[in-house]
Amino acid sequence: MNLDQAARTTDAGPLGIDLQGAARRFGSRWVLRGVELQVRAGEVVALTGRNGSGKTTLLRILATLLRPNRGTVTIFGRDAAKDPDFVRQRLGFLAHNPGIYDDLTASENLLFAQRMNGLRPDAAERAAVLDRVGLTDAAHDRARGFSAGMRRRLALGRLLLRPPLLMLLDEPYASFDADGIALVNELARETAARGGCVVIATHDLDRASIVMSRRVDVRDGLLFPVAAPDRSLQLVRGGK
Amino acid sequence: MSAELSRVLAIAWKDVTAERRSKANFNAVAFFAGMMLMMFGMATGADKLALGAVATGILWLTVLLSGVLSFNRSYERELENGALDALVLYPGERRSIFIGKLIANLAFVLLVEVIVVPVAAVLYNLDLAAIALPLAGVMFLGTFGFVTLGTFYAAISSRLRAREVLLPLLLFPMLIPLLLAAIEATNALLAGFNGDAWSWSSVLVAFDLIFLAAATVAFDYVIEA
Amino acid sequence: MSEARMPAQLPAEMRWVEPFGIVSLLLLAATQALAILQSPADAAMGHLQKIMYIHVPTAWVGMLAFFAVFVLSIMYLATKRVRYDLLAAATTEVGIVMTALTLALGAIWGRPTWGVWWTWEPRLTSTAIMLLIYVGYLVLRGFAEDEERRARWSAAVGIIAFLNVPIVFWSVKWWRSLHQPQSTRESMSGTYWNWLWINAVVMMLVGIYFIALRYRAARIERAAELKLENAALGRSEVHA
Repeated sequence: MNLDQAARTTDAGPLGIDLQGAARRFGSRWVLRGVELQVRAGEVVALTGRNGSGKTTLLRILATLLRPNRGTVTIFGRDAAKDPDFVRQRLGFLAHNPGIYDDLTASENLLFAQRMNGLRPDAAERAAVLDRVGLTDAAHDRARGFSAGMRRRLALGRLLLRPPLLMLLDEPYASFDADGIALVNELARETAARGGCVVIATHDLDRASIVMSRRVDVRDGLLFPVAAPDRSLQLVRGGK
Repeated sequence: MSAELSRVLAIAWKDVTAERRSKANFNAVAFFAGMMLMMFGMATGADKLALGAVATGILWLTVLLSGVLSFNRSYERELENGALDALVLYPGERRSIFIGKLIANLAFVLLVEVIVVPVAAVLYNLDLAAIALPLAGVMFLGTFGFVTLGTFYAAISSRLRAREVLLPLLLFPMLIPLLLAAIEATNALLAGFNGDAWSWSSVLVAFDLIFLAAATVAFDYVIEA
Repeated sequence: MSEARMPAQLPAEMRWVEPFGIVSLLLLAATQALAILQSPADAAMGHLQKIMYIHVPTAWVGMLAFFAVFVLSIMYLATKRVRYDLLAAATTEVGIVMTALTLALGAIWGRPTWGVWWTWEPRLTSTAIMLLIYVGYLVLRGFAEDEERRARWSAAVGIIAFLNVPIVFWSVKWWRSLHQPQSTRESMSGTYWNWLWINAVVMMLVGIYFIALRYRAARIERAAELKLENAALGRSEVHA
């Protein structure tokens, strides 16, 4: 076990995510069957599971894009159903489809995000972010020509404009080279260090294990915490 | 500048920029409108008298039929890359999304009209130069109500199958009062700017205001996932 | 609806539907017969004028139904209770049937009267437009599969649509008055209006019967779905 994990297993921060009895169906199919999840500030939780297991739905519920049919979602103490804006102001969501506008340049995509977030449309800030995600050369190219990896970098850049306290990443390692993967993990670590919560939905346990403090497996709409192999400072979180 | 106004303008800017850069779309719609004008003219037998009687009706119908093609696109651009989710997640009032898109759509349709109206004037032998300014006013008022309801209903139709037929099906019956008022106001202008022009224009203004208010409020309930 | 298909837990308060239906239909037959028999043959139109005793009530009840949908839509958006949405859908269906009937009867009356099936008479034209607007409402419901979305979108459309109804009637009337001199409506006798009102009220009762039938069917469907839901959720929740 590395130093990072040692540092992360220090004592409980406040509860960032508190999901109780959350269930969600689409039509007559239950995708989430009543799950409980608690994530404390500073934790990085990896959600593993096959396609269709409910990972993305869970993430979307945490992101206030979906409301559960049953159960409650409490983020940093506020009910997400009653006060979604509170959550959204602190949210950074990297969806599977990164939500980039093809006809705008990389820089313009960031400019749009700045204006929508109520930030100053600071060009230097945009340049700095583009530099961090390695897109400086493509700053004035239209996103239409970007590879999947570049789009994700741009989406990460958008996240960086307003550092989130709740970071949700859906398959962040897909379509990424080693640099991109390192970037994702860096951002996850930074968010956790800031007292935020990070939830990473991924197939790729190897990549996630570098940053995660624990792992939860999603199977058929239910959550199964996975006990780590024997580690002296392992802390089992959540549950009753 | 207030935060909300800033967001509205940001969305309008984004949509206009994206539209401008995919020029193909505007050209296609403009040509479609021109073609419609030709076909309507032929359908009425190209008889001078008959055309004179229906010219304004044809003009407005053409505006509606071509304008409707652009509304779904406004949302499709968001949907194709999952951008709608990202858009909804920005904190703040949902109505800024509506007003921003309304402005962008309005600009697009007005631009199409800049082409359609002169072409109609030529094909149907209308003397529009004399009434250019009041005509611009009537075109604007009619277009505004059209775009308001179009932007609203497209938020729904763009997310369902058969969106191409669903949008006109939902939108056009609602536009009939606007269509009638616009046609009559335009006719009144052509007949020498009589009092009817003012009356029908006030109908347009009332329609515009009522549905701007109603659609802005209802949009909140429609845009969420 | 055969007894065999009704589940045991049919909501008790809805058992009134069958007897209510029988009574209202009998009443309708009675009031129609009485109205037709008691009124003298119209000077110009003969007995054809008596079609008004159905034609006008269906028009009024249709309009009333759409107003009810307006109110129900507001209530759904305010409370998010699905029963308001189901009731709104049932009411729209009955409203559409009433409106279609109005148009059919109007044409049947019009043929011998004016010599043509349709003359763009303002009220009938407006009624036709109203029919189109609400058919759109049902088509929308047909395409929207997610229950919550369907309810929310229908409610929004149901509100916006009704706002247009007075505008449609008023503007079409003015429009026709420009293109066609309006015939003055001959004053009708007091008894005509009395019988009209009586038939309108009874027609409304019949409308309520059909709405209740459709609503009950929708409730039963939903109850069955909910049973499936609960069964699917029966598996124990797992904490994480």
